[in-house]
Amino acid sequence: MRRLSLSLACCSAAVVMLGGCGRRSGDTIRIGVIAELTGSIPAVGASCRNAALLAAKEINDAGGIEMGGKKKKIELVIEDTAAKADQAAAAAQKAITRDDVAAIVGPNSSSNALPAAEIAEKAGVVMIAPWSTNPKTTLDAQTNLPKKFVFRACFTDMFQGHVLGKFAAETLKAKKAAMLYDVASEVLKSQSELFKQSFEAGGGRVVAVETYTTGDKDFSAQLTKIKKAGPDIVFLPSYYTDVPLQVQQAHRLGLKVPFLGSDAWSTEELIKMCGKDCDGFYLSNHYSPQTTNPVTRRFIDSYKAAYGGVPDDVAALTYDSFGLLRVALAAAGTTDHRAIRDALSRTTDYQGVTGNMRFTPGSGDPVKGAVILQIKDEKFVWVTDVQP
Amino acid sequence: MTYLIQQSLNALQLGSVYALIALGYTMVYGVLTMINFAHGDFFMVGAFLCFLSVARLHLPFVPTLLISMAGVALLAVAVEVSAYRPLRKAPRVSAIITALGVGIFLEHFTLALSPYPLHIPPAFENVTWNAGGLAVSSLQVVTVLLSVGLMAALQFVVARTPLGIAMRAVSWDRDTASLLGVPVNRVISATFAIGGALGGAAGMLYALSYPVIDPYMGVLVGWKAFISAVVGGIGDIRGAMLGGYILAAVEIAVAVALPSTYRDFVAFSLLIVLLIFRPYGIFGRPRPQKL
Repeated sequence: MRRLSLSLACCSAAVVMLGGCGRRSGDTIRIGVIAELTGSIPAVGASCRNAALLAAKEINDAGGIEMGGKKKKIELVIEDTAAKADQAAAAAQKAITRDDVAAIVGPNSSSNALPAAEIAEKAGVVMIAPWSTNPKTTLDAQTNLPKKFVFRACFTDMFQGHVLGKFAAETLKAKKAAMLYDVASEVLKSQSELFKQSFEAGGGRVVAVETYTTGDKDFSAQLTKIKKAGPDIVFLPSYYTDVPLQVQQAHRLGLKVPFLGSDAWSTEELIKMCGKDCDGFYLSNHYSPQTTNPVTRRFIDSYKAAYGGVPDDVAALTYDSFGLLRVALAAAGTTDHRAIRDALSRTTDYQGVTGNMRFTPGSGDPVKGAVILQIKDEKFVWVTDVQP
Repeated sequence: MTYLIQQSLNALQLGSVYALIALGYTMVYGVLTMINFAHGDFFMVGAFLCFLSVARLHLPFVPTLLISMAGVALLAVAVEVSAYRPLRKAPRVSAIITALGVGIFLEHFTLALSPYPLHIPPAFENVTWNAGGLAVSSLQVVTVLLSVGLMAALQFVVARTPLGIAMRAVSWDRDTASLLGVPVNRVISATFAIGGALGGAAGMLYALSYPVIDPYMGVLVGWKAFISAVVGGIGDIRGAMLGGYILAAVEIAVAVALPSTYRDFVAFSLLIVLLIFRPYGIFGRPRPQKL
């Protein structure tokens, strides 16, 4: 109910703004935030919105961003995708044509970021997808060359599948692995393929490949098959809403080997839902809240002060997207879309809360590291860093 | 061998839930020749009541079961009286649209109350027994036994009690039954209450077995249960039970024999083939009204 009245208030505010002062307001820099506020992954959307509000507040409290000798404040335009591809595209279109944003941050899940990226690219507006790890987000659908206006703040699936396969074979010394993934999700599918590649390159063997479809709740047939194949580890790149079901069913069937997941696991919600069942499992992630990095610590403290919880990776990456944008906007000194793009792609050493990043010319994918975490006593514990 | 027994147990657990929900579809069809498309969402409400009872009120298993069953039975009667009864004489398509509308209303009403997927803590200590590589959990045992018990109770009510006789009479010929003094409206409400209670029990068992619930969970499971009812012969109680177990067995068997990616399309192709040879389902006979 509160969300409804909030969005009603936003709508009426937008209407007043449209009627009152025209489309472009000269005193602020408008930035679109497109997030999965409702639908299947609302925790992702909530983290994204929280971090965006925090970042904008910090920029504005510092006076804003200097443009043409005048400090301008950031104004956020927050849109919901309902975790649906068509609504993500519509939200991007709306932010660009109606609200005339200088740049877009979001959407987060790749299924939402891909269609939004197409719109942003066509309109020539910079979009930074904080958490979309699908390689295709920043690639042109026809030519497979990098898009010109689409960036991300995270690493790609290639890297994640690669890292996890390498970690399983070299650090965990696993010989036999099984995989269970959602065939309806492009991301999870490509991650699994890359895991298989690098695990087998490291000397391991994939003994069972099982799949399911989005919305399935019963995995007993697949898990019984996996148990029969006798793996040392199971690669399970599912979203956090599926993991507790799969893991608890596996345990009920007597399958008790460590599971490995990706950044899709890294939310407190998972531990809340999974409890003891997820103890000892590994996942790759964009950042760890246990780091000693002072930049990250400062972010964690102010996020905690504002929202009361430890920020997850979506929050950290959204915050970094704003950090990158802030540097680029200041360097560009204008809200011209092309100038922002040029400034952003020239970023060489940005000290982010998810580690140092740089962009290589002609690519929207940053060069940055990953961390491996373990779930211990219902907490995420840092295990090791992996460099690209 | 243990592997096949394990997979059969998996099918038995899933089939029990499908069968319980399928009964709700088949009973309403039996007395009204109407397909209650909101039934999958009754099932969802049962799961949410289970959440309310276990996670919020911290009640144990039996009160939770009673709350889920009674709550959904009340809901089913309320929906029947307020949404379906006024349209009983209206064209068939209006009733179907109303049922779809009620379903969407329930989904979005729940969504407005709770947009996040919810996790249900265990209602009782779940023990897994291991015997020679075979794993059986207490949850599995409870699900199957309770479902079979409820189905046996239903069979008794329909076959042996005055209410059951009245239900069969209404299903046979509503107008004549009414002329002979059967209180048709009350019998129909009772049918909805029983179907709803079974759906509520199914929702609770499902929510305990697969403890992450969301407002759309009833859609897919509801469709599958509806298909079970049709395969068994819609309107026939034994058919609904058998249909539920057949659908679950086919789903699991396909996942066992083939790569699991093919599960749904092979499973449903097989069911279509079955319907080509027995267009009225397994127990169905070409006569539209029966129970």
